[in-house]
Amino acid sequence: MGKIVPLSGNSAVAYAVKSADVDVISAYPITPQTTIVEKLAEFIANGELDAEMIHVESEHSALSAAVGASAAGARVYTASSSQGIVLMYEIMFIASSLRLPIVMTVATRALSAPINIWNDHSDFMAVSDTGWVMMMAENNQEAHDDVILAYRIAEDPEVLLPVATALDGYFMTHTIEPIEVIEREDALSFAPKRKTWFTLDPDKPVTIGALGDPQWYFEFKRQQYEAMKKSREVFEKSVEEFAKVFGRRYGAVEYFGDENPEVVLVAMGHVVGNIKAYLSRVRGKDSRAGVLKIKLYRPFPEDLIAKYLEGVKIVGVIDRALIPGSASPGPLHSEVVATLRKHGVDAKTLSFVSGLGGRPVTHEHIGLMFGKLSELKDKPSSELPKEPLFIGVRE
Amino acid sequence: MSGRLPSWKELPIGAVILEPGSSRRYKTHEWRTLKPVINQDKCIRCRICWSYCPEPAILEVDKPYVTSTNRRYEITYMVDYDYCKGCGICAQECPVKAIEMVPEVR
Repeated sequence: MGKIVPLSGNSAVAYAVKSADVDVISAYPITPQTTIVEKLAEFIANGELDAEMIHVESEHSALSAAVGASAAGARVYTASSSQGIVLMYEIMFIASSLRLPIVMTVATRALSAPINIWNDHSDFMAVSDTGWVMMMAENNQEAHDDVILAYRIAEDPEVLLPVATALDGYFMTHTIEPIEVIEREDALSFAPKRKTWFTLDPDKPVTIGALGDPQWYFEFKRQQYEAMKKSREVFEKSVEEFAKVFGRRYGAVEYFGDENPEVVLVAMGHVVGNIKAYLSRVRGKDSRAGVLKIKLYRPFPEDLIAKYLEGVKIVGVIDRALIPGSASPGPLHSEVVATLRKHGVDAKTLSFVSGLGGRPVTHEHIGLMFGKLSELKDKPSSELPKEPLFIGVRE
Repeated sequence: MSGRLPSWKELPIGAVILEPGSSRRYKTHEWRTLKPVINQDKCIRCRICWSYCPEPAILEVDKPYVTSTNRRYEITYMVDYDYCKGCGICAQECPVKAIEMVPEVR
């Protein structure tokens, strides 16, 4: 097994990309993603990684070049944050529709304005409608492992979709933790490089990116839907195999807390760790509370979420992004509400919007949220607030 | 297109086209409302329409032509009406106004 070294989240990601033996890296620097690509440039300069680094003039070009390289059959990597992610938006749809297994890391950061380089999930949520498989890590080890998982899932012939892995800006990207590094040999035996998709080859010419008129377009969208559905099965098989090989077990969702909870917080990213710490140290083990971490955001693992939340009195969903005007301005809350309704689970829900623009979600905030859930758990749905509760904003 | 079209399960992944040159079967003339008609007497064989046509639907044919003023040309420019979309660029660019856009009547 690999050795344990202290690494920042970004370095942990870069080491995984190196072990995945990528052929092409195409990226544009943006805080807090920059040091991922800096580290990769260092690996290339040192001769530790044999890859082509394409210096582009924008993130739109970064992903466009990634699309071209992937279409040529390369194992491709890119990474970005915030404004860079939304500048890629147009090409994200093209990458997923052309079914190119690109892997991209989102070092999550707030969106302007006002300009803010700190962490929330606004950029990650902007990816959620683009047809990419999406995962978010809770700690640096997971951010490292997710890259290897991502290549295995993306390049599976039943999937062939781009995968976005995410880690929280600063809270993880610039925070050092001990990491067990997956060595190249192990990474490549877990996620072998094989050309499972149609590539550009002069000896076997194909056309990629042609017009799909009304007679053809719909069928390809239907195909894409199926691929995303399949990616869930492949995810499950991959994490199972990963646990066997590397000894670390991940789930599409992961539950921590009381065995028979009345109140549950649903969250993503580093905040999950904070909630676990709160539950272990502050609230004590006897309370009927828990936290449900969503690791896989696309495809949304609704069956598991419904299973975990069955019998729970009230569910609080923490959103670190805000979509003003939506039926639920918290995008994760929207997904959870739809899931519960669809699966006939009658747990009540509460939407918490917290930690925007890098404001920490502290134990005090988490305590406030659990307090609110306990206070409302026996009230009828009609008496629950219809608006999200903004936790940590100055009123 | 005739006959049964393939279902989503039968099509190549990612809308990739595996057959080279299949776009030849896509006759784009149906898009046209005006068609270019070349006046062979006026045409000076400058090749501008041929180079500007985005399709390309202007054909340079090895076919001699003698004008009414007895000028002989070794080549003739003709329109490929299967693929001409009727965009009118040729008529716009022609320096001697030898191409007229005529309404399609069906």
